[in-house]
Amino acid sequence: MATVELNNVRKVYGGKVEAVKGVSISIPDGEMCVLVGPSGCGKSTLLRMIAGLESISDGTISIGGGVVNDKGPVERDIAMVFQNYALYPHMSVYDNMAYGLKNRGMAKDEIEKRVKSAAATLGLADFLQRRPRELSGGQRQRVAMGRAIVRSPKAFLFDEPLSNLDAKLRGQMRVEIKSLQRRLGVTSVYVTHDQVEAMTLADTLVVMNGGLAEQIDTPMAIYEKPASTFVAGFIGSPAMNLLTATVADGGLVLAGDGGTVKPRDTVLPEVGREVLLGIRPEHMKVTDSRNTADLTLKVTAVEILGADVLAHGQSVDATQTGGEIIARLPGGTRVEVGDTLPFAIDPGMTHLFDAATGKRI
Amino acid sequence: MSPRVVFPNKVLPYVLLAPQLIIVAIFFYWPASQALYQSVLREDPFGLRTTFVGLRNFERVLADPNYINAVQNTAVFSVAVAFLAMAIALLLAVMADKIIKGKGFYRTMLIWPYAIAPAIAGMVWLFMFNPAMGTFAYMLRSSGYAWDPLLKGDQAMWLVIAAAAWKQISYNFLFFVAGLQAIPKTLIEAAAIDGAGETKRFWTIVFPLLAPTTFFLLVINTTYAFFDTFGIIHAVTGGGPGRATETLVYKVYHDGFVNLILGDSAAQSVILMVIVIALTAIQFRYVEKKVHYG
Repeated sequence: MATVELNNVRKVYGGKVEAVKGVSISIPDGEMCVLVGPSGCGKSTLLRMIAGLESISDGTISIGGGVVNDKGPVERDIAMVFQNYALYPHMSVYDNMAYGLKNRGMAKDEIEKRVKSAAATLGLADFLQRRPRELSGGQRQRVAMGRAIVRSPKAFLFDEPLSNLDAKLRGQMRVEIKSLQRRLGVTSVYVTHDQVEAMTLADTLVVMNGGLAEQIDTPMAIYEKPASTFVAGFIGSPAMNLLTATVADGGLVLAGDGGTVKPRDTVLPEVGREVLLGIRPEHMKVTDSRNTADLTLKVTAVEILGADVLAHGQSVDATQTGGEIIARLPGGTRVEVGDTLPFAIDPGMTHLFDAATGKRI
Repeated sequence: MSPRVVFPNKVLPYVLLAPQLIIVAIFFYWPASQALYQSVLREDPFGLRTTFVGLRNFERVLADPNYINAVQNTAVFSVAVAFLAMAIALLLAVMADKIIKGKGFYRTMLIWPYAIAPAIAGMVWLFMFNPAMGTFAYMLRSSGYAWDPLLKGDQAMWLVIAAAAWKQISYNFLFFVAGLQAIPKTLIEAAAIDGAGETKRFWTIVFPLLAPTTFFLLVINTTYAFFDTFGIIHAVTGGGPGRATETLVYKVYHDGFVNLILGDSAAQSVILMVIVIALTAIQFRYVEKKVHYG
């Protein structure tokens, strides 16, 4: 058990390609930090640097207080769960879990005790003599977890561990990983591109983009106050709608002849400046009359999800450059393609971004 | 499993298989049946009289001390060639797998010797180690080692083993490289995190996962050492000195085509056939059980 500190960590390949451009993260003891971002954002590279599988070009990584830059994976005392599980196909489940302990020269009965207890925790007790290929995807995933927990390492590293599972199992394993991590209280770093995993698992969420950490905060803080349009678009599903607007005296005028919105709790920038107004689909409310509407949508597609209905539409003015706008309506709402829907924008639920830089204002 | 192709026409599949079957029949079954037939006959050197002698050819062959000598030579030769060729190839493959720059170049260079005909390979080794003019022979002698494969049987044996193994390294190397590439990189990384050093990783992860390749090569190399090394032995030692490098297949040739004792030669080739069938069966029966096909 230990804290994990990343201090301005950089990774440069071949002196040219910069995969990670200076990331600093501090993970307190026992917490779970989730790195989320699109493919190629550097999240896996960062994790592999923490594991000691990739060298660190610049900056420092410390685990449990000591800088580990020059230490190999073994000395860092971490355990890693790989996307493809990386189980040893020629060994039984028992030997897979015991391998790391044997290599560290642990006594046989102690190994047996630990493997048995980990297997009991993960519901693998009946499968110890099986080979990995005789197990289902979920069971293999558990073996990979078991191999990590028997060692009681300083930190767990997860590299997209659930992406090879089907949707149902993924949801189940997500909950299991969370409760297991809580119970064991081992500091963890978890890499994923799935924002649901990111939101549900993280104590600290790191949204990465282009080798940089765009925002580091609790999942709820990131949802409520995304630092940039990138984060706003990445966290939340469907993604946040971004509308072009101009700052006017006492409010924002949406492009086209849309309404004027007066965001609450926000200091408006200077009049005349171009901004992006962010509004999440779940905060779009249908109003009764056109008069109170800030925005009118012509519905182009409807997705009925049961619990709610997603209405995709274009602004009737067609001058909104943001493209498609999505509204999440309560389940059972009757909407047809071709309808025009008037929406009121809840002024307390808006986000304001600079049109040029995409940064939150 | 890929779905089976179903031919609507009953004759067509056999027609399509025919070229291969005809080749196998002409070049394998026919000579093999001829050998079986010959092995129970005795012929005079000029082929004028042929008599049926039953199993007496076999009795004669098995009682011949020279034949027992050839069996021993073959055992030593095959085990040494298969082991050396595979061990060196594996070592080279593991090393070549680690290279990042110029990987393709190294591989190509290591595969080239396979393109050399056995007799030529034998000649190369013969020249290098010829006591009269060989460079290596000179070096060996000047370092105080009494090198003379023309007179010393054990040295001649080492020479043909080296030449035969050298020739087969390329082939084995190719398969080991492919086998190594098939091992997922994350397994090696997982083992590194699990605290296994490089040597330990090789013996506990890489080597067991290469087992299917190793087993396949074991069968191929044994067969190679038994049969395909004829050219090398013929070029380097001609079975000498004093039958020291005469293997079973060489004796078949020597008795049949040099001494023209066709009956004995046929009997020997039948025995050889039985030995190879038995060896392959044993390998599949026992060794394959310990092999993990993923």
